[in-house]
Amino acid sequence: MRDKILYLLGAAAILIVARNIYVIAGLPGEEAQGAIFKIIFFHVPLAITALTCGTVACVASILYLVKKEMKYDALAVSVTEVGLAFLAGNLITGSIWARIIWGVWWAWDVRLTSALVCWILYASYLMIRHAVEEPTQRAKLAAVVSIFAFIDVPIVILSIRLFRTQHPGPVFFSSSGSFPHDWSMIMMWNLFAMMMLGAVMTMIRLRQEEVQREIDSLRRLAHAF
Amino acid sequence: MAFARLVFVIAAKDLRAELRTKEAINASAAFALVILLLFSFAFDLDPDTNREIASGLLWLVFAFAGTLLLNRSFARELPNDCLDALVAAPISAAALFLGKALANYVLLIAIELLSLVVFGIFYNVRWTVQFGELMLVLALGTWALTIMGTIFSALTVNIRLREVMLPILIYPFMVPALMGAIQLTLDLMAGKPIGGEKVSWLEMLLGFDVIYTAVTVFLVEHVLVG
Repeated sequence: MRDKILYLLGAAAILIVARNIYVIAGLPGEEAQGAIFKIIFFHVPLAITALTCGTVACVASILYLVKKEMKYDALAVSVTEVGLAFLAGNLITGSIWARIIWGVWWAWDVRLTSALVCWILYASYLMIRHAVEEPTQRAKLAAVVSIFAFIDVPIVILSIRLFRTQHPGPVFFSSSGSFPHDWSMIMMWNLFAMMMLGAVMTMIRLRQEEVQREIDSLRRLAHAF
Repeated sequence: MAFARLVFVIAAKDLRAELRTKEAINASAAFALVILLLFSFAFDLDPDTNREIASGLLWLVFAFAGTLLLNRSFARELPNDCLDALVAAPISAAALFLGKALANYVLLIAIELLSLVVFGIFYNVRWTVQFGELMLVLALGTWALTIMGTIFSALTVNIRLREVMLPILIYPFMVPALMGAIQLTLDLMAGKPIGGEKVSWLEMLLGFDVIYTAVTVFLVEHVLVG
């Protein structure tokens, strides 16, 4: 049953993405930027999905420390891995846009730097997991690192904000924004699709994690006899 | 009061052990000097450049040398199962952690002052112009390095590849603190007092110290005892 729901959700997410790509491809180019502006329909939803993943990972880590149940640790690692992939997508799409509009692949600007630091923090979370063999100890250390990372990200953003920024400000759903309403709707649809994709990927990863743990415990049981 | 006394007992124990063996502090001081030497080849040295690169260079030296020092903090307790004894002792994990952090803080400040003197001589930079404010930034920045380094030293004490994992983990977490300290030191080295926009950096540094001290004291029980 759970499998069928997963397949269904996955198929629905892919269908929505396909539909969005079709609609976005049909849009006219923007006045100043031309066709490259369309990357924003993926760039922003990827960032929001990645941030959501980080938040879920932090909540799961706190729950693990409070309740000591392994399922929260499994959720934390699954959602962190998926979030890292989405953040990488965000960084790559941003870099492609910057190459064409700014003329450089990378600038040390507030959002770019904080996104990169965020990526490195969560990558180190995954690295420390690989360095610890014992499952309970691994879960405990990883939970603490995940909470630290979640606290660090706002401080990084705040501190780099004190420098000047060249990243464009928010353009949709804000009073100063120049985004027409129907473009904002396309953005929302794509955000919905990315969130759904993220949820499906997390559930698949969670499934793998659970199976892995079951195999590990069976193996230990076999060695005990 | 009892808590403060416990913190000082642990700090005094660590400092005494370190001053008798001098293993971490010697390595760390020597490493700081070697980096200062290497940086002299990396840049074309003239008085203006020296002043510009001074703050970044110094804080990188502090961060690198500090990791070497902090790495030993909990690892030192592994032989003869001393760590288990400390955890089993009738003191809270927070007191144990703060005691160790305090000892590391004193040692790291000593290394930093030594590096500053050597830096002033070799690079011909007068760093004493804004002495009081520089010491304030040094105190706040070093506490940020110490608190992060000590908690990660506790986190990684039992894992393989500890020496490799520690730098990978702590440098990204230190980014805001290092940025603040470097920005503030930049002006102080040029002889300008902290003022205007730079005050917000000082606030950020202070905020970093307070937030992380609170969170680590809260979480250290989980880290050490589980």
